[in-house]
Amino acid sequence: MNTTSNQPIDYNLKVVKQFTVMTIIWGTIGMLVGVLIAAQLVWPALNFDTPWLTYSRLRPLHTNAVVFAFGTSALFATAYYVVQKTCQTRLFSDRLAAFTFWGWQAIIVSAVITLPLGITTSKEYAELEWPISILIAIVWVAFIIVFFGTLAIRRTSHIYVANWFYGAFIIAIAMLHIGNNLAIPVSFTKSYSIYSGAVDAMMQWWYGHNAVGFLLTAGFLGMMYYFVPKQAERPVYSYRLSIVHFWALITIYIWAGPHHLHYTALPDWAQSVGMVMSVILFVPSWGGMINGIMTLSGAWHKLRTDPILRFLIVSLSFYGMSTFEGPMMAIKSVNALSHYTDWTIGHVHSGALGWVAMISIGAIYHLIPVLFDRDRMYSVKLINTHFWLHTIGVVLYIVAMWISGVMQGLMWRAVNSDGTLTYSFVESLEASYPFYFVRFVGGLFVVAGMFIMCYNVWKTIRSNKLRKDEPLAVAQPA
Amino acid sequence: MSSFWSWWIIVLTLGSLVAVAILLRWNMKNFTDVEEGESMGHEFDGITELNNPLPTWWTVLFWICLAWGLLYLILYPGLGNFKGVLGWQSSNQHVLSLEDSRQAVIDAREAGLNVAYDRERSRAEEVYGPIFQQYASMEIEDIAQDRDAFRIGQRLFLQNCAQCHGSDARGSQGFPNLTDGIFSWGGSAEHIYTTLMEGRRAEMPAYAELGEQAITELATYVLSLAGRQVDRDLARAGEQRFAVCAACHGQDGKGNIALGAPNLTNNVWLYGGSQRAIEETLRHGRNGVMPAFSETLGEDKVKILSGYVLGISAE
Repeated sequence: MNTTSNQPIDYNLKVVKQFTVMTIIWGTIGMLVGVLIAAQLVWPALNFDTPWLTYSRLRPLHTNAVVFAFGTSALFATAYYVVQKTCQTRLFSDRLAAFTFWGWQAIIVSAVITLPLGITTSKEYAELEWPISILIAIVWVAFIIVFFGTLAIRRTSHIYVANWFYGAFIIAIAMLHIGNNLAIPVSFTKSYSIYSGAVDAMMQWWYGHNAVGFLLTAGFLGMMYYFVPKQAERPVYSYRLSIVHFWALITIYIWAGPHHLHYTALPDWAQSVGMVMSVILFVPSWGGMINGIMTLSGAWHKLRTDPILRFLIVSLSFYGMSTFEGPMMAIKSVNALSHYTDWTIGHVHSGALGWVAMISIGAIYHLIPVLFDRDRMYSVKLINTHFWLHTIGVVLYIVAMWISGVMQGLMWRAVNSDGTLTYSFVESLEASYPFYFVRFVGGLFVVAGMFIMCYNVWKTIRSNKLRKDEPLAVAQPA
Repeated sequence: MSSFWSWWIIVLTLGSLVAVAILLRWNMKNFTDVEEGESMGHEFDGITELNNPLPTWWTVLFWICLAWGLLYLILYPGLGNFKGVLGWQSSNQHVLSLEDSRQAVIDAREAGLNVAYDRERSRAEEVYGPIFQQYASMEIEDIAQDRDAFRIGQRLFLQNCAQCHGSDARGSQGFPNLTDGIFSWGGSAEHIYTTLMEGRRAEMPAYAELGEQAITELATYVLSLAGRQVDRDLARAGEQRFAVCAACHGQDGKGNIALGAPNLTNNVWLYGGSQRAIEETLRHGRNGVMPAFSETLGEDKVKILSGYVLGISAE
């Protein structure tokens, strides 16, 4: 079944390079904005009484920058790379691929301009106003054509599992984005959703949670399925496990949205179905973690010497942790405590910084030498330093948010013997200050790691000493 | 919901769960023509895949979760119009107004429905009701002197009033200071109680059409009423125009608690006491809203809260 020909294939690596470099840049900027708003929560004066520097406007900028600029650029880069390599063929259309790159960058730049100006639909993770929304839909359709076109002209008999996940993520995001962003424009910069009330809330979280489910989970599982076996140089653990957890994951994930609306005006039936599906989701989610980590069996010793592999495997551990935590938080009685507290923020970041960022960073360290014809990264030591800074940063962040979240939940529900609430809101806020500071420090660690990555990548690209004669072979870590 | 949508939900929900169960069952057996543990024979850019079996503990966990999900959907509302065998609901569904809500509570009680919110509320009323009822027969003036009531009142204040009036009850721009003994709607026990129960709407009309000169003159006169140093000529001109203000604030500018028109002579200003702020008030008017608490807190708690406010106003 191996149809790999001996002739070298002329892959389109230009668009992969472009997206990879932008991933690093947007990642650093997005996380830097995150650190700024974390600092604002400790020292509110840091908004300098300037409207476009206020927390309310920078927070959506941070989320859009890390999810859609950093995360999605990483997905574009790796999807284009993986689909070519595993289909043994060049991208279906270079022009459309170039259009997706420039189109996506234009979208990010418009987000960077409009969000601080306060131009927003006010729907979380779907804040961008209708002209930008339409551009996203157009670029995404082009992405669908390039990706599935490439699958169609593949020179392998089967479609590799990584591409199932990339394909599912690309299709689902198109559906979710278009569904949730249907709106009636009233001016060039303002529109109103066609949905209202509980239906609007349900649409928003059907979109919102599946942005997590398909973009931040399925998409990055695609990345995992290529880069983990590639970096470990081991076969994927179980083909049948891939089948079960892929189909079960995409079947069940799409139902999970209502767990964001427990104890609201959403009808009981929808809350129940959302909770049941969210809890079951725990098992197929772990299928991916098992398949990734077990792929390393027989090569555990490589973790000692290869910090890239360490990034990939630790990301899977965070993935396993947050996909256990998520279903627990979706249980109504747990949610009654955790909802609206910092616990949610901690959960999101163990997924976003632990899973999404670490798997992307690992993939990028694998890709950079390949894309730029280098033997290896400029400094393996610096990759290792980045690994530790990042890991410590994430742990500080999520532990601070866990403690502060549970504390807030308990303070909000504490009652006196006469039934009145024990604490006013501002008291719980005051109690959260120390944890906000720890979170800020955690963020600093993560951003410091990103700067080290920028430097390491820059030196790798600039260095002629590392240039290799034979292009496109797999880079070996030193 | 209509039976079409109900079945739509039932079929999709159960269909998804059944499909996942079939998928799991199918993959528990080795359906491939490759021995377990061997390579599937595909190769993608150097990556191969093994045909390892699903981990047993994971498969068992999957079956447990699926079974639990099904059980939950049998016990609780989830499958369309099916209410679940426990008859549980979080709150009364399809309530569109306060009247609906009240009626639904009564209906649910009569029908013996298992409504979590109503149940929790009745339990709270049972436990905490007597604590508040012991003050029901007391005069508000006496409640103001009672230490325990004062403490309860303070907690109620911090939860329900501090958002606008501040945790020290000293108010801020647009929100009255409750500690200075000055009440636009009256500071007696009854007045405070009525304000809390029914809420208040204060309306200062906009007088931009009088022109800027008139507004400057009126503002100057108002400042003079409060005993501030002003340009006498301007104040005198303002006095000539004051009739329009006197309708609410009174000829002497001492206000009218029936209308909530503030006393202009005490140099206490809800919206600012500078020449500029008063001109702004005259030009654009002001709308003050105190929400009603009869629904959210009920008579007993409002009475204690009235006592608290009365108490701190006299400090």
